Amino acid sequence: MLAYIIRRVAQSVLVLLITGFVAFSMFSYVGDPVENMLGQERTQADVDRLREQLGLDQPFVVQYAKFLGQAVQGNFGLSYRQGRPVSDILSERLPATLELAAVSGLMALAGGIGLGIFTAIRRRGVGANVIMTLSLVGVSLPTFLIGILLIYVFAVQLGWLPSFGRGEVTDLGWWTTGFLTVSGLKALVLPAITLGLYQMTLIMRLVRTEMLEVLRMDYIRFARARGLRERAINFRHALKNTLVPVITITGLQLGSIIAFAIITETVFQWPGVGLLFINAIQFVDIPVMAAYLMMISVMFVAINLVVDLLYFAIDPRLRVDGRSGGH
Amino acid sequence: MTGPVLSVRDLVVEIPTRRGVLRPVDRVSYDIAAGEILGVVGESGAGKSMTGNAVIGLLDRPARITAGEILLTGEPIHGLNGEALRRLRGRRMGMIFQDPLTSLNPLLTVGDQLTETILEHLPVSAAEARKRAIAALEEVGIPAARQRIGSYPHEFSGGMRQRVVIALALCAEPELIVADEPTTALDVSVQAQIIALLKRLCRERGVAVMLVTHDMGVIAEAADRVAVMYAGRLAELGPVREVVGNARHPYTAGLMASTPSASGGHRRLRQIPGAMPRLDAVPDGCPFHPRCERAEARCRQAPEPMLQTCDGRAACWFPVVADEEVPA
Repeated sequence: MLAYIIRRVAQSVLVLLITGFVAFSMFSYVGDPVENMLGQERTQADVDRLREQLGLDQPFVVQYAKFLGQAVQGNFGLSYRQGRPVSDILSERLPATLELAAVSGLMALAGGIGLGIFTAIRRRGVGANVIMTLSLVGVSLPTFLIGILLIYVFAVQLGWLPSFGRGEVTDLGWWTTGFLTVSGLKALVLPAITLGLYQMTLIMRLVRTEMLEVLRMDYIRFARARGLRERAINFRHALKNTLVPVITITGLQLGSIIAFAIITETVFQWPGVGLLFINAIQFVDIPVMAAYLMMISVMFVAINLVVDLLYFAIDPRLRVDGRSGGH
Repeated sequence: MTGPVLSVRDLVVEIPTRRGVLRPVDRVSYDIAAGEILGVVGESGAGKSMTGNAVIGLLDRPARITAGEILLTGEPIHGLNGEALRRLRGRRMGMIFQDPLTSLNPLLTVGDQLTETILEHLPVSAAEARKRAIAALEEVGIPAARQRIGSYPHEFSGGMRQRVVIALALCAEPELIVADEPTTALDVSVQAQIIALLKRLCRERGVAVMLVTHDMGVIAEAADRVAVMYAGRLAELGPVREVVGNARHPYTAGLMASTPSASGGHRRLRQIPGAMPRLDAVPDGCPFHPRCERAEARCRQAPEPMLQTCDGRAACWFPVVADEEVPA
């Protein structure tokens, strides 16, 4: 088990080195930041001075090593556009994205598992069929369209919820939260639904399929033959066996909720890292783009690691520690 | 001894399909007394498992009981459904399935699965349930039961798992056990152990056992009486020694002739010509007549022979008489 974790962490480090390389390559191949930073009226001396200041005059390998060394310490250099440390900008923006992702992730998980179980158990019921049909809409409509539709109905027509921004936030010093104010919570509703709807329908359909599969297994039949209650059969015996594939997908989806918050943040002008990234692309603000890329890959790797460890918690067959008898 | 534990009377199970109603179980009647093992034998599709599922109330839709009675110690249970039936299952009748590898939930320890069953049916505390779970494992011959109770199913071998399954079926002390092919998925050497275990538990506890199998060897080894099924009907019913030794129904005789025996030397095994009719094409008269060498005009016409209308032993107008040469 410990050996397994060490192996997984080593793999994770390798993955991060590779993404680090890709992120760093952007500096050399995506546009020339010096052109953007200096205006029309510049001399060759200005260009050279800035190049030296940014370390762009050094060999590729040296630049990469320096980049890695700095990145490990959380230092991604100065934003070309704002002239401030990228790490400061990211840590300002990160709470907004993480809160949005957490709310929509929880919503997707709770709603997806609940509805998935419901539609599996009441497979032939009217309610289950209505939900299944509606879920097709959730899977097939693109995120930005859902966002715009929600804005149109709830912000423009009904005027219940704000159409953009994060509302009033409370500054806790190291973290800004929208959870503590009414306007903050109201501002969270539409983006969270927009971001989570697709994941929710995906999880729901997955849970339903897995659950139907599990309910056909012999041990469910045997549980019935032992006279256990339906509730115990559905939730104790069937649900747990459904969870392993669900956790895999959910873990990957959680990563993409954070990564693909870009679209939702753009639609709702949500001041998170996604919007920051979009703006950075427009201005070829490479340090910000590189830092964003690194941050997302760290999150993906971390989530995958957690997911792998969760398997051990759920499925005893994976906990091979020499104690077992049979095969 | 008061009446039989299980009494099945003219049981009919039907499956409505687009092309008409199928009858996988057709007017089947038998009794099982306490401490008795009734073997139910037949080819695939003869209706033996379907009978067992009907008794325990686990018929898969759209199959359903359309006629006849199932009495558990004299009380009718065929009309029960939902909650009332659930209370009986596990508590008064248990079931053992074919494949011990898939009958146990892989994510729960055997102790969890035992105690949840005990707590569901018996008014005992959690500590008492655990004690009983250990006792149940000991009774079915699991060594070091106290240590093994926290183990997961994958940590047991196939034979040990089937012992756990038996412990689970018996842990709430039911009066009837339906064992559906309990040894089919096991090694031959393990089969004998499981059969011996079933026999011992049946004798010690006075449980009535319905042993469904296609294996004549298992029947001869374990059963007290045997019911031979063919195309959903009972072909022959009687004490195992008589049915195996002096089969009256030509189908049973054919089955015996096609079963290898250790004492039979190098005799060539006989084969019954043809195949069992499909349920949507059961012929008029005796369902076995197209394959039967003894068939005469009467066999091809309704009414078909039934146990009750014949000698009560074999559903045949022209049963094989003892000491006669066994026809192929």
